[in-house]
Amino acid sequence: MAERAELEAVIGLEIHVQLSTRTKMFCGCELSFGDEPNVHTCPVCLAHPGVLPVPNEAAIRYALKIAAALECEVAPSSTFHRKNYFYPDNAKAYQISQYDEPLAVDGRLGGIRIHRAHLEEDAAKTIHLGGSGRIHGSGASLVDFNRGGTPLVEIVTEPDLRSAGEAGAWARLLRTTVRQLGVSDVNMEEGSLRVDANVSVRPVGSEELGTKTELKNMNSFRFLERGVEAELARQRELIEAGGLVVQETLHFHPEDGSLHPLRSKEEAHDYRYFPEPDLVPLAPTEAMLREARESLPELPEARMKRYESELGLSAEHAAQLAADPEEAAYFEAVCQGAPGAEAQVVANWVTGELAAALRQAEADGERDKVEPAALAALIGLVGEKKISHGSGKQVLSVLIAEGGEPAAIVEREGLAQISDSGELESIVAEAVEANPEAAEQIRAGNGKAIGAIVGAVMKQTKGRADGGEVTRLIQEQLGV
Amino acid sequence: MAELLELSVAEAARQIAAGELSREEYFEAWRGAAAGDQLNAYLWRAEDGTAAGDGPLGGIPVAVKDLFCTEGVQTTAGSRILEGHRPLYTATAVRKLGEAGAGILGKTNMDEFAMGSSNENSAYGPVLNPHDRERVPGGSSGGSAAVVAGGLAPCAIGTDTGGSIRQPASLCGIVGLKPTYGAISRYGMIAFASSLDQCGPLTRDVTDAALLLDAMQGNDPCDSTSVGIAGGVEAPTRTDLEGLRFAVPAELAHDAIEPGVRAVFEQTLKRIEQLGGEIAEVPLPHAEHGISAYYVLAPAEASSNLARYDGVRYGARAEGGDDVVEMYEETRAAGFGDEVKRRIMLGTYALSSGYYDAYYGRAQQVRTKIAEDFAAAFDRFDFVVTPTSPSVAFGLGEKTDDPLAMYMNDFFTVPMSLAGIPAISIPAGTAEPEGGGPQLPVGFQIAAPAFAEQRLLDAAYALEQAIDG
Repeated sequence: MAERAELEAVIGLEIHVQLSTRTKMFCGCELSFGDEPNVHTCPVCLAHPGVLPVPNEAAIRYALKIAAALECEVAPSSTFHRKNYFYPDNAKAYQISQYDEPLAVDGRLGGIRIHRAHLEEDAAKTIHLGGSGRIHGSGASLVDFNRGGTPLVEIVTEPDLRSAGEAGAWARLLRTTVRQLGVSDVNMEEGSLRVDANVSVRPVGSEELGTKTELKNMNSFRFLERGVEAELARQRELIEAGGLVVQETLHFHPEDGSLHPLRSKEEAHDYRYFPEPDLVPLAPTEAMLREARESLPELPEARMKRYESELGLSAEHAAQLAADPEEAAYFEAVCQGAPGAEAQVVANWVTGELAAALRQAEADGERDKVEPAALAALIGLVGEKKISHGSGKQVLSVLIAEGGEPAAIVEREGLAQISDSGELESIVAEAVEANPEAAEQIRAGNGKAIGAIVGAVMKQTKGRADGGEVTRLIQEQLGV
Repeated sequence: MAELLELSVAEAARQIAAGELSREEYFEAWRGAAAGDQLNAYLWRAEDGTAAGDGPLGGIPVAVKDLFCTEGVQTTAGSRILEGHRPLYTATAVRKLGEAGAGILGKTNMDEFAMGSSNENSAYGPVLNPHDRERVPGGSSGGSAAVVAGGLAPCAIGTDTGGSIRQPASLCGIVGLKPTYGAISRYGMIAFASSLDQCGPLTRDVTDAALLLDAMQGNDPCDSTSVGIAGGVEAPTRTDLEGLRFAVPAELAHDAIEPGVRAVFEQTLKRIEQLGGEIAEVPLPHAEHGISAYYVLAPAEASSNLARYDGVRYGARAEGGDDVVEMYEETRAAGFGDEVKRRIMLGTYALSSGYYDAYYGRAQQVRTKIAEDFAAAFDRFDFVVTPTSPSVAFGLGEKTDDPLAMYMNDFFTVPMSLAGIPAISIPAGTAEPEGGGPQLPVGFQIAAPAFAEQRLLDAAYALEQAIDG
């Protein structure tokens, strides 16, 4: 068998972010989700004769924030274009978008290059009754223009992603970044964040791009990863069997994870782009650009780097804590309250014990039930060996259920660690005596058998003993 | 009664404001005149009501081209596809006329979607020229020109994309002003070619044009491309042309100008000199390509602007058709006339992938060159003057089979549209049509730099006084 070059994945993403402005991109209708169909409409967004678009200044400011967060270059003057196509979701029969002079270019996020970011308007929502849920074969189509004209920022990456997992992780980073800007709900299920993927493969080491396919309709990160994974597998198999990839758009079916080409009729478009004569060029003032830059909060990527380099967190913990600004703020508040504790220990508690205890209390995500100061005090008690790690978890459960002061809970529940070594020694001696088989095995060199005796001590002390100390005493008493 | 109808708008407004004239009586007189329309100039006439407001146009009835949306009143753009369409809102220009005290007398017939130079492209039949009912009134604002010239309205508004106010004003013997692009809001004016369309007045004299322009101009938050004229305009009073320099394009040796039109033009140049103005030739080397560029750009924009007429949300819908695409096709096939279809096809082609650079891109370059030609001319001159139209009113049906001959009507008006500058047509005399017949009006066009409307109106007024005197 001839040696075959390994094929690497080449993935670029096209992301649509619905901006959470009060009103639509080019008219005064309010944005909404889930309202009665067609209540948020006016002559402008229904494309009545004679109407003209007026750009939403807030949308421009939001887009400039996104451009700043993605470290893009903002064009001194960009133009809107008309993208012409007939479809019922598009009342004007053209979408106002940006074409060869976009708002922003050449950015980066999380090591991935951003090709461009531009402003446009969303289409209306169509519902095709009967058949496949697509327009072909459906008995009737309903159009809800509430969504029509919602401001969108389209972000296009360079094809820098190399696996489905990387694509998913990067899309999550983009979501947390945009969410923190406060310019979008970035909710994939509700469609305020939509991620399409351009997928191709090529021999490792090749600089040329292979023929790509475009994947649409992946309305969760999991579906994004599954869709890209499935398409990569299909392309690899095809090429390895001597076939060629055909450039096409594939529609992801969430029910079974399959990908199906859209009918060519639906995508054979010549959009006849030309500059939108109803709008003047978009030329942000220096003040607008400065405001966008200066309003940027610390973004997840920068925070992650800080957690790793300044706080010494593991990459995994840094990524997990930095992603969500609220969780990050909580983590940092706990760190501040526990100056004696290492940040990594605090991270372990926040992402480990606290998350687990909340889950157990069916209070997932409600970390505010435990005041940062209380958790800091608890971590301090464990660190100073005033209570055992196991007792610490018990205190945490009480904190979630009732609140209060960790020290008072320790006192009330009698959880203070047994500090009298004589008392602990006699409890250990009793446990060794009660477990002769385990003791024999330990003497014979089976280190694992120690667990049974440690467990017995912990049961007797209700977890108030320090595990390390118990182990040391058992080994001492058995002479190993 | 007849005397009432002969008052200029400015004089009638003055008398109404002074309490010398009853606004009801005045409006009623015009309603009666409009009711006698035998020119097919009106598509709708107000059955009651009056111009109730106070202001510079208090009590004045205005005829409005049916391209302007009027809330609750049928607005068809001269097209079958909008038959019965009642807009939910009123165009800014019309609203501003109302705020100045004017009231709508009627909606006037027009070439379908403002595409035409003879008014023969209306889905509701051609408008007849009041000077000779066998002839066209010009277009596309033919109805607005005919009602003013024919004594059916004291004044009117229209729209001009490549000459659609100036050319019918010329052919009907009235004043027609196309302001600077951006002087008046386009909101509510049904779009033909958005980068060229501009609203303007059609009136019996220059003073009335100034009055209407002042009422309508201004920045409108609903139109991002509107800026208004700083300070507005005042009624012109100038009676001489001392120190003003008028440029005649050197390329004017256009063999398609009718001899009678040329004679009136030259006679008018002499009047300018008699009033103290200077005349000289100026090169406008790219103006002759104006028509070619215009008939790429305007149809390109139109092909996009008219794509919304699909029968889904308003207007006429063809029944039948198995799916949405067939419904679109049948609605548009039945709803649009031939000229509109021709321009949609031209424009779609010009914007198509692979042809864009050769057509749309090239036409934009020509447009820039023409604007530069004018800018260079205005470095040395105050105005550029031409005949408005190469001919007097032509016969109904004479050019309908020859679109290119029809397009040449706009030869002198299109360059100013492409450059976005203001231009006015004033009646300069009469000429015998080619092939003989009674004398017909000839218009004289004066163009000025962007937003120099006051200067333009002042000069036009001085010349008008001399011609009338």
